[in-house]
Amino acid sequence: MATRSLTLFPVRLAGIPSWVPVAVLLTSAYGIVPLLGSTYLFEAILLPFLCLSLAAVGLNLLTGYAGQLSLGSAAFMAVGAFGAYNFSLRVPGLPLLASFALGGVAAALVGLIFGLPSLRLRGFYLAVSTLAAQFFVQWALTKINWFSNDNPSGVIDAPPISLFGISLQSPAGRYLFTLTVVLALTAFTARLVRTRTGHNFLAIRDNELAARVIGVPVLRTKLLAFVVSSFIVGVAGALWAFAYLRTVEPAGFDLSRSFEIVFIIIIGGLATIRGAFLGAALMVVFPLLLSRVGSLLLGKRFDSGALDLSQHIVLGALIIFFLITEPDGLSSLLGRLTAILFPQNTNHNPKQ
Amino acid sequence: MSDASFFLEVLVGGLLAGVMYSLVAIGFVLVYKTSGVLNFAQGSMVLLSALTFVSLLERGIPFWASLLLTLGVMVLLGIAIERVVLRPLVNRPPIVLFMATLGLAYILEGGAQLVWDTEVHGLSLGIDDTPFRVAGVNVSSFDLVAAAIAGGMVLLLTAFFRFTHTGLAFRAAADDQFAALAVGLRLPRIWAAVWIASGIVALITGLLWGARLGVQFSLSQVVLKALPVLMLGGFDSITGAIVGGLLIGAFEKLSEVYVGPYFGGGIESWFAYVIALLFLLVRPSGLFGQKLIERV
Repeated sequence: MATRSLTLFPVRLAGIPSWVPVAVLLTSAYGIVPLLGSTYLFEAILLPFLCLSLAAVGLNLLTGYAGQLSLGSAAFMAVGAFGAYNFSLRVPGLPLLASFALGGVAAALVGLIFGLPSLRLRGFYLAVSTLAAQFFVQWALTKINWFSNDNPSGVIDAPPISLFGISLQSPAGRYLFTLTVVLALTAFTARLVRTRTGHNFLAIRDNELAARVIGVPVLRTKLLAFVVSSFIVGVAGALWAFAYLRTVEPAGFDLSRSFEIVFIIIIGGLATIRGAFLGAALMVVFPLLLSRVGSLLLGKRFDSGALDLSQHIVLGALIIFFLITEPDGLSSLLGRLTAILFPQNTNHNPKQ
Repeated sequence: MSDASFFLEVLVGGLLAGVMYSLVAIGFVLVYKTSGVLNFAQGSMVLLSALTFVSLLERGIPFWASLLLTLGVMVLLGIAIERVVLRPLVNRPPIVLFMATLGLAYILEGGAQLVWDTEVHGLSLGIDDTPFRVAGVNVSSFDLVAAAIAGGMVLLLTAFFRFTHTGLAFRAAADDQFAALAVGLRLPRIWAAVWIASGIVALITGLLWGARLGVQFSLSQVVLKALPVLMLGGFDSITGAIVGGLLIGAFEKLSEVYVGPYFGGGIESWFAYVIALLFLLVRPSGLFGQKLIERV
């Protein structure tokens, strides 16, 4: 499972060196999209897509690779967002990237604390215990006014994004900033899962006792998975607040956000990097599509309430559908599609 | 009022609130005991049943007819869940089934509110909810009825699991699915029966909680109250669900009164989880949960 996920594209396209698709993707993401994209594309699609993708990459590290199901991702996003906000507020002259990193570190520390039960608990007991993180963090951020700088409404404008004195506050600027952070952390994760640590994650997921027998430091590795995952999810939360919403508030990081990220990695494919992006893309685009289709079919009767409810129904059905028919998610679906579209020449008989 | 009697009053209030948590938890235990799946959709089943019942009632259908119709809906739902969700997922890891119940929860929640509506409905079961005094403590007869129903349900379920043929089959399926198949038990039928049973528990829970809180979306959130109860009592023990519910209810109310003010209040959203978590660090399978025996 691990090796397959490492390449960006599932098969090597016939006759094309493997760096070409990567280069094409990067050029279009950095060169073409910022030039051609509309504000709507950035604000409603690309920014939430990138932030959710990063959060899903982080959760996938913990759940897909290390096998520890967490239902509290939104809490770590919130810690990252509030951490980054407070560091940039209280440390004058701190560069933005540094406050993002420190926000991530804060999330990692909280992740370490709430990862401790994983040393004793497994399976459902652990999954439920991660809910403690969800409720505690949400409560703490709402109740303790220091975190929101004594702002009575609990809703705070995020500071503007600028790097080296250049303002990145335009939609395209925020997109480029987010894209860069997301790509850097994704590259780091993709690298991490190839190292011995990454293999230790897989060993613990597949069989904890066997992992212990072959000398994997189980306790340390589990905690490490929680820490690294929470760091990434925390940075994703900071991006969500600073670049996408431009406000910092605890309400956006509720339990349904946590579930959303779990759904992304199920639909996208557990233990694949590319699955996190595919799942996030579906999760962002599908409500937009559903509202178009719904109003087309039902006209005025399809109001926002009905949209919300039918969104839940379709999402739930999608989850079950994917679990039944496509357990490895969109990622393996894409793999099969590319294999059909670009048959590999290795299968050809040279004599023909 | 003296400190001691105030303490007693808070304690009794907490214990009675705990009974309501136990009701939700029992629904979980039924499914977990027989298939090893944590059924996250239990809360939405509570919402679905209560909303269906109250909507039928509001359309002028008599009480008992509404109750029977809702019961029919829950039976059909149990069969449908087994057919559409459980059967194709047979032999998959429990965590996959758990995620499927998450999806199921979304479908039921959305579906129930799309078919009926998202308004808050008042529900009266004809049980008096005014407090009266027993030995210097305020008790509501509604709470007592709820406690009696919970107690009756526990007795019934315990007797069912111990003495009836179907109950034995449930336990056999829980113990070892392959062995159960080998002696000729029909697992799909057993699972359908279990889901129907948990649907009926959801209906009872929905009526009691609905009468207390009003029937609305937040009813499905009672699942979040039941999870710490399950952690404390053990996912597979009906006794655990009751004892865990009482403990969590009592701790929650006591902490709200005696500890809450130091934290600025509102701690009930997470306090139960922290208690359950601390307890689990000492006993990882809860009070009455089966100990996991690991084999390679």
